[in-house]
Amino acid sequence: MAPIAWLRRHTVVVAGLLTLAYLLLPNLVVLVFSFNAPAGKFNYSWREFSTAAWRDPCGVPDLCGSLALSLQIAFWATAGATVLGVMIAFALVRYRFRGRGAVNSLIFLPMAMPEVVMAASLLTLFLNLGAELGFPTVLIAHTMFCLSFVVVAVKARVLSMDPRLEEAARDLYAGPVQTFLRVTLPIAAPGIAAGALLAFSLSFDDFIITNFTSGTAVTFPMFVWGSAQRGTPVQINVIGTAMFVLAVLTVVLGQLVAGRRRNHTPS
Amino acid sequence: MTDSTESGDLRLTGISKTYGGSFTAVHPLDLTVPHGAFFALLGASGCGKTTTLRMIAGLEDPTTGSVLLGDRDVTRLPPYKRPVNTVFQSYALFPHLSVYENVAFGLRRRGAARVRERVGDMLDLVQLGDLAARRPHQLSGGQQQRVAVARALINHPRVLLLDEPLGALDLKLRRQMQLELKRIQTEVGITFVHVTHDQEEAMSLADTVAVMNGGRVEQLGAPAELYENPRTTFVANFLGTSNLIGADVVSAGGGEVVVTASGVRLRLPAGRCATAPGADGRLLVGIRPEKMSLVHRDEADSVPAGRNRFTGTIAAAGFIGVSTQYLIDSPLGPGVEVYVQNIERDPRLTPGAEVVVHWNPEHSFGLDAAQDINSGVETAGDPS
Repeated sequence: MAPIAWLRRHTVVVAGLLTLAYLLLPNLVVLVFSFNAPAGKFNYSWREFSTAAWRDPCGVPDLCGSLALSLQIAFWATAGATVLGVMIAFALVRYRFRGRGAVNSLIFLPMAMPEVVMAASLLTLFLNLGAELGFPTVLIAHTMFCLSFVVVAVKARVLSMDPRLEEAARDLYAGPVQTFLRVTLPIAAPGIAAGALLAFSLSFDDFIITNFTSGTAVTFPMFVWGSAQRGTPVQINVIGTAMFVLAVLTVVLGQLVAGRRRNHTPS
Repeated sequence: MTDSTESGDLRLTGISKTYGGSFTAVHPLDLTVPHGAFFALLGASGCGKTTTLRMIAGLEDPTTGSVLLGDRDVTRLPPYKRPVNTVFQSYALFPHLSVYENVAFGLRRRGAARVRERVGDMLDLVQLGDLAARRPHQLSGGQQQRVAVARALINHPRVLLLDEPLGALDLKLRRQMQLELKRIQTEVGITFVHVTHDQEEAMSLADTVAVMNGGRVEQLGAPAELYENPRTTFVANFLGTSNLIGADVVSAGGGEVVVTASGVRLRLPAGRCATAPGADGRLLVGIRPEKMSLVHRDEADSVPAGRNRFTGTIAAAGFIGVSTQYLIDSPLGPGVEVYVQNIERDPRLTPGAEVVVHWNPEHSFGLDAAQDINSGVETAGDPS
């Protein structure tokens, strides 16, 4: 009787916690198995606790090379997609031009298209252009599919921005450049940051398109896929856990900075 | 000496705004706002008052005409080069900056000296000194409004433009902020141009009110002058309430006009007629509800001679404390409004009672009968 009454009163909390566990359980498994010392080549069953992999994360040949390549691609793809995406978003919201409606819907197309279709078409395109597959082709492909996400994130922010804020800036002696730097950009910043973070994680994580367009270059997801056929080194779990912790730290840090800025006293 | 005051005047000459070559928001307009005046542009939404304000600010390019500050033509100057600042509707405070940085924004852009001291002084003037570190979203509506005023005023503009600055506040706060705006204006002596649709706000704040309608200034003058002597039906109805009665002119001469309306003879001073009675001899006689008096029919003899009068029946009576508002049906038409101040209430004055309505002929005004008699009437439940 009592447990049922208790459950009834805390249904929302219990359901919430279960959902959270469902979301985070895989990460927990990755974390736990990063401290495993597997018997054979495959890190799928628990044997004993060990910190060997954490002490030597680059101990597997080519792993850290592929990680560095992935980070480089993600960085440049994010930079390119963010700069282009911000400009497209502002153009779509602020200006009326011929074909604006068409661009508005076409920008969604890469998001809606099955990735494998896009990957195959990109490969066909690159081969027909006679391009040599490698870092540049992967970067071009990644920038392209990240662009849509940045545009969507930034557009939402710019749309909700009161145009009178920029008028107020102009009224208060700020020329066009000052108005953009002091008012428009800071207010659009959360949207731009959201778009950029999304772009980074999409690019870092991408397998299908990368696999089609990379030629001989091997990114981190491709390395994981390749090694999964022959045996999974514990170091993969180490890198995965480190990435997860890094992401959590970034979010927490962001919250702290935002909280502090809100209570910031100017001098 | 006159030169120095004249050079501070804001002058609009032949200014107009047409959108897309078809819709004219403001028809060519000439307006002079004297230096240091509190000037109100009053009108319903869409009358062109905000467009006029934005042309002064430089946020809108006029289609024709020019804006002059003293002797200087600023028509082609962008907003950031004009010595004019604006308090925007719903304030447009920068959400990412503190109150302090919002107020300092204009000074910093111009590289002014003593920013800290001047922002402190300005925040004291609007009584917000202790909230300098807050963000706009942490303030109440009234506080945000004061930040908006401080942010504009700190730049010592030649003209301060206020676009419906009190529109977002509740009634009580509005009254309070009206007094505050008036105090600040008197203190700093800067020309204020205030756009509003609230006739009471315009009349209580401004030295001069321009009533706008359909992109044109209908009438311009001191509040009392506009109220007592409206020149158009729009002004008569938009500023307060007016009873307008269509009448035929019987005679005009000796400074007095005599008319008849449904057999009732009415007199009014010729000087209070907006137009000379037309060739067709029609005129609209206007009279404010509070200028009329009411007696029960049994006491009709007590009405002094020489007053305009007619007999009617009370159709409705609404007691609102300070006064009672009566609707009178009469040969002049249904629903003449009469406000009787609550001094001694006559218990016989209830709906159905026969009464005599009378007033001093000097309080009547005459309008051109060719206009729409209901122009400027705001409420849907209009009694006439």
